[in-house]
Amino acid sequence: MVSIHNIVKQYAGYRALDDVSIEIEKGKIFGLLGPNGAGKTSLIRIINQITAPDSGEILIDGAKLNQSHIEKIGYLPEERGLYKKMEIGEQILYLARLKGLSRDEARRRAKYWFQKLEIESWWNKKIEELSKGMQQKAQFVATVIHEPTILILDEPFSGFDPVNAEIIKNEILELNQKGATIIFSTHRMESVEELCDSIALLNLGHKILNGKVKAIKSTYRNNTYLLEYEGNELNFDSNAPFTVLAQNTIDDYQQIKLKINDNSTVNDVLHFMLPLVLLNKLEEIIPTMNDIFIKAVSK
Amino acid sequence: MNKILLIIQREYLSRVKKKSFLVITFLVPVLFIAMYSAIIYLAVNPDVLGDKKKIQVIDESGWFANQLKSSATMQFTYDTAKYATVKSNFLKSDYDYLLYIPASLTGIQLYGEKKPSTNITQKIEETLSNVAQSHRLADAHIDSTILANAQKSISIEAMQLTQKGDKNAHVGAAFGVGMICAFLIYMALLLYGVQVMRGVLEEKVSRIVEVIISSVKPMQLMMGKIIGVGLVGLTQFVLWIVLSISLTTLAGTYFIKNNSKTLTEKTTEISKATPGNAATTAAIAQNNKTENKIMDEIKSIPVVYTVTCFLFYFLFGFLLYSAVFAAVGSAVDSETETQQFMMPITLPLIFTITLSQTVIVNNPDSSLSFWLSMIPFTSPIAMMIRIQYGVPDWQLALSMLLLVLGFVFTCWAAARIYRVGILMYGKKASYKELAKWFMYKE
Repeated sequence: MVSIHNIVKQYAGYRALDDVSIEIEKGKIFGLLGPNGAGKTSLIRIINQITAPDSGEILIDGAKLNQSHIEKIGYLPEERGLYKKMEIGEQILYLARLKGLSRDEARRRAKYWFQKLEIESWWNKKIEELSKGMQQKAQFVATVIHEPTILILDEPFSGFDPVNAEIIKNEILELNQKGATIIFSTHRMESVEELCDSIALLNLGHKILNGKVKAIKSTYRNNTYLLEYEGNELNFDSNAPFTVLAQNTIDDYQQIKLKINDNSTVNDVLHFMLPLVLLNKLEEIIPTMNDIFIKAVSK
Repeated sequence: MNKILLIIQREYLSRVKKKSFLVITFLVPVLFIAMYSAIIYLAVNPDVLGDKKKIQVIDESGWFANQLKSSATMQFTYDTAKYATVKSNFLKSDYDYLLYIPASLTGIQLYGEKKPSTNITQKIEETLSNVAQSHRLADAHIDSTILANAQKSISIEAMQLTQKGDKNAHVGAAFGVGMICAFLIYMALLLYGVQVMRGVLEEKVSRIVEVIISSVKPMQLMMGKIIGVGLVGLTQFVLWIVLSISLTTLAGTYFIKNNSKTLTEKTTEISKATPGNAATTAAIAQNNKTENKIMDEIKSIPVVYTVTCFLFYFLFGFLLYSAVFAAVGSAVDSETETQQFMMPITLPLIFTITLSQTVIVNNPDSSLSFWLSMIPFTSPIAMMIRIQYGVPDWQLALSMLLLVLGFVFTCWAAARIYRVGILMYGKKASYKELAKWFMYKE
């Protein structure tokens, strides 16, 4: 478990993180979200001990963040980078050994990962000779080779084609099933909905939203529904237990987006509509993470 | 600690394994020696590449009839025709120069199609003066051997009085070795310092730095790089020194063997040809002595002492400067931006190397020389000059201590800028900005 308590980080002129506290459950996939400049990278750098907070503390499994944690964390920064002139295999070994692996162990695991991601024939190639996707795969290997218990992935799918993005996603899920806690920072909200158990949303250095994805989504429900029926367009007056937000015609169907009035229920809506039309569909509009993100940030 | 070793290893091997390293290491001493041999050879035989000049001589005085001997570079032809006729035909003739000697010996002129070079003018002047001199001496009834005795030049031998007795001071060798060492240090500090800067910049631009400092501390990465590059420089210098010494020894042995052989041959030849010519034998002996003196000077260089000091001042001078270079590399986003910071760094080096050719060499014990050899930013160059003339042990020790302290301080200061700089992108680094970074807490 990663506990972030009251972190403050001040840079000359502005406050990158202002009293941010987040709990990240062990073995879960956690989404760290926020617009550009929200403070995500600052927070990630603090967890990685690249920089230190001005105040506040971070506990990992109850122990204050210290040097021994470096070997337990794998970090994939948003801006990828490897030595261009260095051979890829050599480079992975170097990075693995910096994380504390022995030479033999590093070699064994690197071979395993290169085979798994089908890049073993590239072992002796220099980075500058590889395609972008190939470089990203190598970088991913460098991130996970020391079997970290905490994986911090900043936009892990950028630069991958859909096929390779799927491969990497499955690798991430597999690592998660083996027990790794994953902190996942991205702007792609559909992958947040697909992967994350909980999220925290940062904006301008403040935490503005935090919790389980399902719970957050349900708090953003606002009694809006989509109703579809056959027949001609109707006009609803104030007798209806709802207000119409939008209405349009698709072929023979009418679709209306409606908001149920405060002291009414879905049943009232059905009750009201049944005598009038032939109902096709009535479903709740649950906000997407994308909607929530935009709504929360622009508040 | 283990991680620093890993970083040093990578920095070292990635450079030493390059082909360019091997090429430079083995080619530079060869080129160096070839270049110096060529310079010395050309200085001794300036005419080797020039062709024979044909000189037409009109001698109205009659002093020089058959006295101007043709040589490898000049061929004299006497012409008895009238000066005016010869002059008007000169441009059409295939002579290169026309030498006109009027009866009065004043207003001697040398004409050429192009401007006569200083070299040839001087040579002719010399020859004419010699001939004229012996003429005049003969006119005054003065024996030329008496004059030669009277003109014997006096030379001073610089000696140094020490506890162990007096010894030859070998000032010439001191000058040469001092200058070469100082210049090598100057070059090396810039060369390897810039390599550190480039390395830091490469890591920053390729963004690998963020991955690495999630594993090690910025200070470890910086020190690893500096030490790694420093070891590369050290390896290169040790190889250069070994190669140069063995090459020079080889060449030296060959040279002495060859030379002494020709000398003996010459002596026997001459003494055979003109038996009893004491003056010639003396001249040859003199010649021999000069040559021995040069070898003596070379042997007088305290090789171990000089090499040890050189390696020390190179290593710590490099560590000091490369820390500053690392800070610069971390502060900028591209190599073009480094310019504004390069000037203040290189200034003390340029200042010292310029002074060392004049002030320090001429007056190695002045207080300016003393202070330059104490200040860490200038001491690696200044001290290399001074030690050739003898420096009290306490001064050497103090200078070395100050250099090490200076290195520790600069490293600490540079690391404070480095740790912030490597993570800053797109921010224009000004001195004010650097000062701000320096003040940041952890």
